[in-house]
Amino acid sequence: MSRWRIARLVAGKDLRIERRSRVLTNQVLPFAGVTMVMFAFALDASNVLERVAPGLIWLATLFSLLVLVQRSFAIENDDGALDALRVAGVDPVAIYWGKSIALAVQLAVLEVVLLIAAVLLYGADVPLGGIVLLATTLLTATCGLACVGTLYGGLTAGFTGRETLLPLLVLPVVAPVLIGATRAVESALGTDGVALSEGWPWIGLLAVFAVAFGAGGALAFGPLIEEAT
Amino acid sequence: MTAATTPPITPTESARRVRSTGTVATRTLGISTVVTMGWLVAFGLGFSPADRDQRDAVRILYMHVPTAWLAYLAFVVTAVSSALYLFGKKHSLGFDRVAGASAEIGVVFMALTLATGMLWGKLTWGVYWQWDARLTTTALLFVSYIGYLAVRGLGGSHDQRAKRSAVIGLLAVIEIPLVHFSVRMWRSLHQEASVLDSDGDVDMDGLMLFSLFVGVVAFTLLYVWLLLHRSRAMAMEDLVDDQGLDRALDERRAEAAS
Repeated sequence: MSRWRIARLVAGKDLRIERRSRVLTNQVLPFAGVTMVMFAFALDASNVLERVAPGLIWLATLFSLLVLVQRSFAIENDDGALDALRVAGVDPVAIYWGKSIALAVQLAVLEVVLLIAAVLLYGADVPLGGIVLLATTLLTATCGLACVGTLYGGLTAGFTGRETLLPLLVLPVVAPVLIGATRAVESALGTDGVALSEGWPWIGLLAVFAVAFGAGGALAFGPLIEEAT
Repeated sequence: MTAATTPPITPTESARRVRSTGTVATRTLGISTVVTMGWLVAFGLGFSPADRDQRDAVRILYMHVPTAWLAYLAFVVTAVSSALYLFGKKHSLGFDRVAGASAEIGVVFMALTLATGMLWGKLTWGVYWQWDARLTTTALLFVSYIGYLAVRGLGGSHDQRAKRSAVIGLLAVIEIPLVHFSVRMWRSLHQEASVLDSDGDVDMDGLMLFSLFVGVVAFTLLYVWLLLHRSRAMAMEDLVDDQGLDRALDERRAEAAS
């Protein structure tokens, strides 16, 4: 079986578990939503909220990413599923790609919901001209976040204390995504009069990030899960 | 196997040899460190003149610049030793211990760098912190290596620890340039490196430059000295772990035999 086909099977398995357990829709999306409401309580002024809306969308995404990564590897640790995959000789690179794809799909759903929440709650506008930039930002940032999340999730899987270690490891690494995606969304939404053209250089940064960690993760994931028992 | 055939537990040959982490070389190194530190105090606080603009605040830099340079050197050493462990044929745990020891020292030096930098910033810029590329990268690097040390503490066998932390140590090599580049795109304010201009001319008072040089030498000696002791202490810790395991195995065997 080709690597790509195994990756699709692993991704399909993760998404099927998700569809049946509904953790994303019943727990993670409400969590992200309540975070958005909490931001509004903390930054109590509507004009401030509109100005910082792009940053808050990505902050809520990062917090939810941590929850999703925990979930993604909790299903592997239960019943020793990851060990079973390894013993069955499944290519670790394919497992990594598969789990990254599943995580990316869930993140993309989450980001769209958060964007809608920002429009409804914070009064952010989505101009028609910015939609291409917005979609490209969501795509590239999601790929980068999913690659990093799966890599560090695999590293901490199977260890007691991983819940507390994961944020410490992941948040400094995804700082470039937070900066880049926030600036790109700011220019897509025209926040504070930022021009649309200023957003595109950030897409370059997000793409480099996604490619670097996608490649690094594919190389490192095998050795990491081989040892993680 | 029965208890009768199991040899009694004695310290292994290497354990008997390694009673202390000090050798003639490290003692010489330690003494030279103390001497150059004394020089640094004399030159940094006494002989070197106050700056025209920064006045006495410039003296902070005799500590800030060397600790910053060593903190970065320490993390380069961590990354290189991680690579040597991971890609080396023998997967020698010695490289892993050097990587760990270097990261520990690097974290301490980086904390010193951030603290002295903040004090200098308050005196010179009027604020403790600026969201400048170099400052922000340094702060994130600091947090990343605290995470690296936490990964080392996760437990498991020595080889598990070594492989995991080597991967994290190498991923930082991808992470740090990306963080630096993104923050630089975001904003930049740090005064440009002032000792070496882009044309390579040294642009600083002679005595100040010499004090800075003494600082770099003193802190480099301190780093090497700490690195040697710490990696040897780690080797002894690993040995104690292994002996504890041997003893536990032996007790279980004795139980099974009785």
